[in-house]
Amino acid sequence: MAMVELRQVRKIYDGGFEALKGVDLDIEAGEILALLGPNGAGKTTLISTVCGLVTPSSGTLTVGGHDVLADYRAARSLIGLVPQEVSLEPFEKVSNTVRLSRGLFGKPRNDALIEDILRRLSLWDKRDQPIRALSGGMKRRVLIAKALSHEPEVLFLDEPTAGVDVELRRDMWEIVADLKARGVTIILTTHYIEEAEAIADRIGVINNGEILLVEEKASLMKRLGRKELRVELDEPVASIPATLQDRSLRLEEDGRVLVYDYDTAAERTGLAHLMSELSAAGLRVRDVDTRKSTLEDIFVGLVHKQEENAA
Amino acid sequence: MNWRGIWAIYHFEMMRFFRTLLQSFISPVISTSLYFVVFGTAIGARIDEVEGVSYGAFIVPGLVMLSVITQAISNASFGIYFPKFIGTIYELLSAPLNFIEITIGYVGAAATKSLFIGTVILATSSFFVDLEIQHPVAMLAFLLLTCLSFALLGFILGLWAGNFEQLQLVPLLVVTPLVFLGGSFYSISMLPPVWQTITLFNPVVYLISGFRWSFFGLADVPVGLSLMAIGAFTALCVGVIWWIFRSGWRLRS
Repeated sequence: MAMVELRQVRKIYDGGFEALKGVDLDIEAGEILALLGPNGAGKTTLISTVCGLVTPSSGTLTVGGHDVLADYRAARSLIGLVPQEVSLEPFEKVSNTVRLSRGLFGKPRNDALIEDILRRLSLWDKRDQPIRALSGGMKRRVLIAKALSHEPEVLFLDEPTAGVDVELRRDMWEIVADLKARGVTIILTTHYIEEAEAIADRIGVINNGEILLVEEKASLMKRLGRKELRVELDEPVASIPATLQDRSLRLEEDGRVLVYDYDTAAERTGLAHLMSELSAAGLRVRDVDTRKSTLEDIFVGLVHKQEENAA
Repeated sequence: MNWRGIWAIYHFEMMRFFRTLLQSFISPVISTSLYFVVFGTAIGARIDEVEGVSYGAFIVPGLVMLSVITQAISNASFGIYFPKFIGTIYELLSAPLNFIEITIGYVGAAATKSLFIGTVILATSSFFVDLEIQHPVAMLAFLLLTCLSFALLGFILGLWAGNFEQLQLVPLLVVTPLVFLGGSFYSISMLPPVWQTITLFNPVVYLISGFRWSFFGLADVPVGLSLMAIGAFTALCVGVIWWIFRSGWRLRS
């Protein structure tokens, strides 16, 4: 049995907007699942139906085998939620608001545990400060501390790194890795593919309320993680030199730029070879640039494929 | 029942109250003193006794009710509206809590605060007039029920309100007039007969009448009727809150 199970979950909002169109999803205990999708794809609605913030129009959802509607107490006790919006009581002290969260979930007061959580999130020094005195990044940490305060087995992180600086993003990834090591099942939504790449075990792609695929990260990255190397030449060339014909190169910008597509996950990317072949062919390189396939590219690809399959 | 959850809400709300304890304490003391200066001394001196009770003492129950009702409503409505406004409501809705527990936490805290303020006003009043309480148990029962029922009403307002203006609207336009016209500062028997009849449609009349009876043993309407009225009002509020949480109205989409 999966830790979180969604079966044919649909959500139609009052205005008639169908945010989820019959979603099936299994999330295994102890894994990190990253849900990728553009804004409005249904990521937050999906999380909200599991956590009790949105009532599904139809379908069944279970967490740890407990139905989230019929057996909401047992289901919700297992869940920690870090929302996308930073919603915190501005005048309250950090430690109080974290303690409140634990209490709401019916857990007895445990100062040692709260201290441990605050220390792990570098919040211990700030424990007596009012929340409004904290920086944006610190506030996000408080949200995480609140979600962890009641020792959840499943943690939902709704775009935990949207709008945070690089350093905090790294910290966040470390925190997630640490939680996974403690056996917590983690579902995070993001629209940064790097983030999914950095921390997820499996990646789900959602668009227009439908799960397009759920796949192991490694195999998905292999399929989708294309990178392109753009070599700007000193002198434009009319055609690709014969010695380089068997490589799949393209010429762009009137022969000024050679483009090489390669697979980042492949054992050999062939980059070193290519560069030496370029100089052997007498081409002088002015600049090199790499471009990674963006989430948008991947989406276009996936949606196209979906349409082809449907046709 | 998630008792710890209830306690967590109650405790958190009371902490907010204790942070501003001085304000919470001083403002009712000052406003009560002002009422006594104006109504008790300036005007009261020209009014003889009302049904055998000095005017200064006569207005005490109404004065307590006035503050308790306003405070219960504003505390409870703000208590639940604020999390809605700043978004922290997500945590309540995703916690293993049902509507009864959430309501007990918030309404209990708001009722406690207003009870505290009612007590402060009673104590302040005793410096100005000689107070006798003929039926202390009934007095406490009326006070508790009023704190509770109007905290419930405030809780509904807080759930309903979509902005801060709406939050103020009902207390300002409905509750304050009803309380002022409910016999806080006069006896219904002082009114012309037509107005006496009209006044009986004001639910607050029953509250103040019952409360005043517990002090002086005199009432505008029968005490039993007062108790029934406040009991029915409480039940109505609980019913409305139950419906709101069941349907998710203004809470869950």
